Amino acid sequence: MEDIQLLEAIEKYLSGEMSAQERSDFEALRKKTSEIDQMVVEHTLFLQQIEWYAQRKNFNQQSQNTFNELLAEGEWTANDEQSTQFKIIQLWSKYKKVTAIAASVGGFIALFTSFLVMYLSPSLNGTQLMQLSKAVEVIKKNQQVQGHILNEVKTKIPENAKLISGGSGFLIDTKGFIITNAHVLKGNSAIVINSKGQELKANIVYADMNSDIALLEIKDEDFKQPKSIPYTIRKKISDLGEEIFTLGYPRNDNDIVYSKGYLSALTGYNGDSGTYQIQIGANPGNSGAPIFNNQAELIGIISTRQRQTEGVAFAVKASKIIDVMESLKEKEATKDMVIKLPKSSVISNSARKAQLDRIKDYMYSIRSFN
Amino acid sequence: MSEIRINILKAELNEQVLLRGLAQNDSQAVEALYKSHFPVIQHFVENNNGSFDDARDIFQEAMIALYEKVQLDSFVLTCQIKTYLFSICKHLWLKRLQQMGKYSNPLSSEEESVSVQEDLEVMEKKDAAFAIMDRALNSLGEPCKSLLEGYYLNKKGMQELANQFGYTNADNAKNQKYKCLMRLKKLFFTQYNIGD
Repeated sequence: MEDIQLLEAIEKYLSGEMSAQERSDFEALRKKTSEIDQMVVEHTLFLQQIEWYAQRKNFNQQSQNTFNELLAEGEWTANDEQSTQFKIIQLWSKYKKVTAIAASVGGFIALFTSFLVMYLSPSLNGTQLMQLSKAVEVIKKNQQVQGHILNEVKTKIPENAKLISGGSGFLIDTKGFIITNAHVLKGNSAIVINSKGQELKANIVYADMNSDIALLEIKDEDFKQPKSIPYTIRKKISDLGEEIFTLGYPRNDNDIVYSKGYLSALTGYNGDSGTYQIQIGANPGNSGAPIFNNQAELIGIISTRQRQTEGVAFAVKASKIIDVMESLKEKEATKDMVIKLPKSSVISNSARKAQLDRIKDYMYSIRSFN
Repeated sequence: MSEIRINILKAELNEQVLLRGLAQNDSQAVEALYKSHFPVIQHFVENNNGSFDDARDIFQEAMIALYEKVQLDSFVLTCQIKTYLFSICKHLWLKRLQQMGKYSNPLSSEEESVSVQEDLEVMEKKDAAFAIMDRALNSLGEPCKSLLEGYYLNKKGMQELANQFGYTNADNAKNQKYKCLMRLKKLFFTQYNIGD
C-alpha cells in the first residue's frame, strides 16, 4: 500500500500536479532519501519508455490502416499475388518464406510487425472486398536473456512462432471440430481460444480457399468435450429480411462481441449463389464467425466485407458446410473421420440473452501462426 | 530568382509540411508519404528477391524510423524524404537477405542513398525497448493490460476508465491502475536493465 502511495506521489510530482507546498515537501524528502530520488529517476525513464511505446504503437496502427486503405482502393497491386484457385498449401509456403526472413535484427530481441494482408478474393472483384481476418501484430517471442524468462507468459503458441492471422470460429462437433474461414488460417498451425480465454492447440484438418471454409480439430488434453451443441445447422435457404445475429472476436483483447442485423440478399457479391449478403456490424476478426437466425439455427459464416459501405458483409451459406463435410468423406486423409453435425437446437425458442449465454461457450477465437 | 530556384524552394517547403504533418500524426501526411514513396520501395524489394509483403513490412519500418526521428527536438533531415526512406529500406532489406542466406551483392537499384547507420542503431535500441514493453504489457493479464493501455496509450481519463471497467469511482480505478503499474514496471525493468 505504501508503495502505491509513493508511486502515486511520484507520478503527481513528475506530471506537475502537485501544489507548491506538496512539491517542496516532496523535494525535501527526495533530497534526504536517496531511495526516493532513485525511484523518481527510474520512473522518469519508465514514463519516457511507455510514451515511446504508445507513440510507436499508435503510429504503427495508423500507418497500417493507411496502407490497407490505399491497397483496398487499388493504389497498388502486388505483382506476386496468387491469382486464382490456388490450393491453400501454396499460400502457406508463401508465408513460410516470409517467416524465414523474420530473424533477429542485431540485438538480442527484435520485433517485427506485419499487417493485415488483404487477399484479393479469387473469383471476385478483389479491390472492393476486404477479408475480415484480424490484423495481427507479429511479435517474435525471444525470451532467453541470460536465463531471465518471464514466468507470467503462459501462451501455447510456441516460442519464436510468428502470428500470421486470426479470426473467429465455432464448434460443430462435440469432439472438438471447429469451422472457420480458410482465409483466417494463413499460417501453418493454429490455436483456438475459448470464451473464457483458455488457449487450446488445434490441427488444421482442411481448408478450401474456394468456398472459404476451413475445419480445425482441437487436439489438447485441456479441452473438455461438451455434451451437446445447442444450435443446429440450417440446410434450407433462409428468407430475405430475416433477422440474424453473430458472436465473434473482432477485438484484440479477445472479448466476445455480439452484433445483429438482417439478411439483405439471397446472393452475395456479383450474384454469387454460394453466399448471402447481410447487413450487420462486422469488423476485421469477425471472419469465420457464425450467423444465426432467431431460432439459433446456423445459416452462414461471415466471410468478406464490402469496402466503403458500412455494415454490408457477406456470409458463406451454411449448406456449404454440409457440402464440405460430404467432400471430406471422399478424401483419403479424412475419410475415416467421423463428424456429426448437431441435429437439433435446444434454444430455438429461448430469449436472445439465454441463447447468447448458451452459444458463447462454443465460439472460439482463432490464431494462426508459423 | 530563377524559376528553377523557386521550384526547388517549393519542393523543400512541401517536404517540410509533410514532415511536420507526420510529426503530428496527420493522416493526410501519412497517406501522401505512402502514395509517393511506397512504389519505389515495392519496385526495389520485388526486384531484389522479395515479395510485396516484404516491401510492405520494410516500408512500414522505415516509416516508423522517420516518424520517430521527426519527434526529436534535434530533428534535421539532411536529404530528401525519398532518399532517406530508401536508404533505410535498403539497409533493412539487405540485412534480411543476409539472414535468409540470399545475399546477392550489389543490390540492383538506381536510387540515391545516404548513410543512415546512426539512425539504424537508434532504431534497434528502440525496437528492443518496444519489444520488452510489449511483452511486459502482454504478460500482465486483464484488466491490468487494458487499464494501462487505456491510460497510457489511449490517454483516457481515470473517470472514463472507471466507467469502462466498472469501478465505482475514479479513485478505485486509480488504485487499481497503480497496482497494475507496479507490476508492469517490475516486469519491464527485469528485462530492460539487462538489455541496456
